Amino acid sequence: MSFQFTVSPDFTPDHLSGWYIFNTWLQKQTGIAMHLEMYNDFQGQREAIQADNVDLIYANPFDAAMLVREKGFLPLVKAEGAADEALIVVNADNAINDVADLEPGTRVTYTEDPDVRLMGMIMLEPGDLDNDNIVPVLADNYVLVAKHLLKAEADVGIFLAEAYDDLSTMVKNQLKVLVRSQISVIHHALMIGPRLQDRREEIESLLVEMSNDDRGRGVLQSLGFSAWQKVDDEAMEFMIDLMDTLNT
Amino acid sequence: MIADMNAEDIVGDYQEVSLQLYGSIKRKVLYTQIETPYPDGKLIVSTTNPDGIITHVNRSFVEMSGYREEELIGAPHSILRHPDMPSAAFKDLWDTVRRGEKWQGFVKNLRKDGGYYWVKATVIPNVRGGKVVGYTSVRRKPSRSKIEECCKLYPTLF
Repeated sequence: MSFQFTVSPDFTPDHLSGWYIFNTWLQKQTGIAMHLEMYNDFQGQREAIQADNVDLIYANPFDAAMLVREKGFLPLVKAEGAADEALIVVNADNAINDVADLEPGTRVTYTEDPDVRLMGMIMLEPGDLDNDNIVPVLADNYVLVAKHLLKAEADVGIFLAEAYDDLSTMVKNQLKVLVRSQISVIHHALMIGPRLQDRREEIESLLVEMSNDDRGRGVLQSLGFSAWQKVDDEAMEFMIDLMDTLNT
Repeated sequence: MIADMNAEDIVGDYQEVSLQLYGSIKRKVLYTQIETPYPDGKLIVSTTNPDGIITHVNRSFVEMSGYREEELIGAPHSILRHPDMPSAAFKDLWDTVRRGEKWQGFVKNLRKDGGYYWVKATVIPNVRGGKVVGYTSVRRKPSRSKIEECCKLYPTLF
């Protein structure tokens, strides 16, 4: 029987090959036949989850709630020291320096990345902006979010902090960060579905130990991580509760 | 347990009032008119047990409250209760979360130094295995217009 592994579509494409290398490593270590399926968008991935086709997923925090509470997934690990943070960015020429000075009707550009959008919209609240009074400008990726700002097609952009930091210096010099979130506790996690849960402990300890040998370290490097860190059930429940409070 | 506030902790000119908490506990509260602005991009997070006793606080909570973490853990959440907050708001909060629902509102919180800070708070019950094991409260930065609305409304609710 073959199982399916997938990665949240918001993960930076720079590490795409890293996930294939990781999948090969995991199959070798566990003897589990695992097919890595990369979805281009959130909708495609959600349909696969709803159809119970996914067994292992590097999930974004927004989807983690649904995976745990509706689909019986359990957490395994997260990237050590990593947290999802969001930025509110404007064109460097924009006279606005404080979110509180933004007005209804502001054109906001963002991607489909649900947790980043959620954190971004929270940071726009001090300006009395919400889903009902902004003009959304949807972008396929963060480079396009930056382009919308540079071309003055949008007033404000919501970025995943990591994606913003990866933009070229030339682009960043033409942009201005108004707010950077410092939430620290929202993160992606590798999660395991019901069909594989009898192997959970074994897989988890393999992952936690992964950084202790050269080969494992090399695979982690290709993902941009230094190590995996265990996420226990209560820590995941706490993050889900937190997301739940933010999504109000 | 919740202690009275100490004059030596207070920064600036203060007023004194005795607050009735939970209907039985009285606390001497010293408060000033000094506002600490909510920091951009941060969330203040705390968790209580079902009785409202603090079990977890994050760094932002510690920084904004002015208390040390060890002073907060084990204290009732009402250690933050500001005399300008109408008790009806907290009754509504507890009635809502005890029904298993989310509560959201704007709250003026009291700092250890007698100052205050406004938050937009969301409180949810933490359900584990079908049982409520506590409550999580997450605060974010409110807009000035919402604070101004509350400043007008809250005095009418006493």
